[in-house]
Amino acid sequence: MPIIETKNLTYTYPSATKPSIKNVTIKIEKGEFVLVTGPSGCGKTTLCRCFNGLIPHFYQGKLEGEITVAGLRVPDHPTYELAKHVGMVFQNPENQLFALSVEKDVAFGLENLGIPREEIRKRVDWALKLTGIYHLKERAPHELSGGQQQRVAIASVIAMQPEVIVLDEPTSFLDPLGAQKIFEVIYELNRQLGLTVVLVEHRLDLTAKYANHLIVMNNGEVVLDGDPRKILEYEEPQLMGVGIPKVTRLYKLLKADGIKLGSLLPLSPKELADEIRSVLKRDD
Amino acid sequence: MIEVRDVYFTYPSGVEALKGVSLTIKDGEFVSIMGENGAGKTTLVKHFNGLLKPTKGTVLVNGIDTKKVSVATLARKVGFVFQNPDHQLFSETVEDEVAFALRNFGFSEDVIKRRVEWALNLLGLSQYRKTSPFMLSGGERKRVALASVLAWDPEILILDEPTIGQDYLQKETLRQFIMQLREQGKTIIIVTHDVEFVAECNPRVILMRDGRIIADGEAKKVLTDSETLSKASIIPPQITQVFFQLPELNVNSGIIDIYEARSVLIKVLRKGIKN
Repeated sequence: MPIIETKNLTYTYPSATKPSIKNVTIKIEKGEFVLVTGPSGCGKTTLCRCFNGLIPHFYQGKLEGEITVAGLRVPDHPTYELAKHVGMVFQNPENQLFALSVEKDVAFGLENLGIPREEIRKRVDWALKLTGIYHLKERAPHELSGGQQQRVAIASVIAMQPEVIVLDEPTSFLDPLGAQKIFEVIYELNRQLGLTVVLVEHRLDLTAKYANHLIVMNNGEVVLDGDPRKILEYEEPQLMGVGIPKVTRLYKLLKADGIKLGSLLPLSPKELADEIRSVLKRDD
Repeated sequence: MIEVRDVYFTYPSGVEALKGVSLTIKDGEFVSIMGENGAGKTTLVKHFNGLLKPTKGTVLVNGIDTKKVSVATLARKVGFVFQNPDHQLFSETVEDEVAFALRNFGFSEDVIKRRVEWALNLLGLSQYRKTSPFMLSGGERKRVALASVLAWDPEILILDEPTIGQDYLQKETLRQFIMQLREQGKTIIIVTHDVEFVAECNPRVILMRDGRIIADGEAKKVLTDSETLSKASIIPPQITQVFFQLPELNVNSGIIDIYEARSVLIKVLRKGIKN
């Protein structure tokens, strides 16, 4: 059974004249690394707000169609219940952190669930180690760098041991190395724990290589849904305003010029370099 | 022209954000300031419109010492678009937001109407004229902030992280737009982490780290110097990384542009085939 499934999901914000998402039908399987992309205002953030019940419970408005997350029909379950299954990480970690120490921030959600102290301590340490910030546990979150703060936000979510983590442009305020570290942490969580990841991103150059499922939205609808290497082979995403990784574009240009590169669409510099190398070897 | 002479700046909290920065930005230049979070980039550019005054050293804007004039005086010449549009927006409609500064500068209603129209069109915001800025998406709000500054036509334009939350087409529009402003002789200064965007724009690049400038030069040079880049927490452009991965090609590594990469690779690969 898919961990997230929607059928003809349509949602209109209160006082909006038209729906922000229309007839969205998708299936996300357990353990997938899903990248959700599309031009600004395409509805990707709105869709993700449905995954943990912020829509309809917090934003209200009109939700039609069906949505089930971790076997729960979202409209029938309050957000605190859904939060046990779906963790959210937002663009700006400052909006999410508030405690006086990193450790307390990460423990907060667990304390709210009424988990025994020993278990809380174990889970907090585990989450801090996984995200590489164990050495910061006594520090005040507001004194940390943006990248470290975002890792605290991720640790707080991981400590709850959700089945799905949804991240909405989690690195847009970070420098490139800081961003890369975050994506690698998320990728490791996906690989090691089988955690289902839903990542909303514009910047496919930084993220496409991690994903095994790509959803492209436009005007509130899902227009492409499937294997990233297949989807990025089409011209439509670029025309719609999706930023294709530079190496993928270079690969297409070279192929169009008659260079016989392999058939694997490269998503990272290393993958393209490997294909170029194999052409050189083949000709030797 | 902006002249920064040995500037130090310490925030009231005691954090020393600039530690002896000197640079000159000539009229009509296009400069990108890059570096890790907390390197002092935003602190530096806030000196260009007098929002911050040096603790030590001097900043001259068109020969005027920023310590001696108000932000309001400098604002007419230096437009500043903030990283977070919510720090800038407050009006009830997009139209009022864009008109606000123009009214403050005392333009006639006629001119205001024309300028607002022009700025909204330019940034694809006409359909939101009567909408509250707070109903818009993050990317759209950023464009409203940009429109409201462009409307008064400053000589020097500072954009703090202009590409955050913008999709590929919007970035392309922004790039063309910057090029257009350059043709009009405007000075453009962007603060950004977006390496791919900088690679496409090809400006002068200034790298900062820990309150100091550690590199200053053409994008082609700075963005392909992996050692210095990593000190500033910047990853080279994807195209450059491809060449780093292929040292056996013996190609001069100063390549950041996809079309240049294409012609270089075609030469190498076709030669390979003939052999």
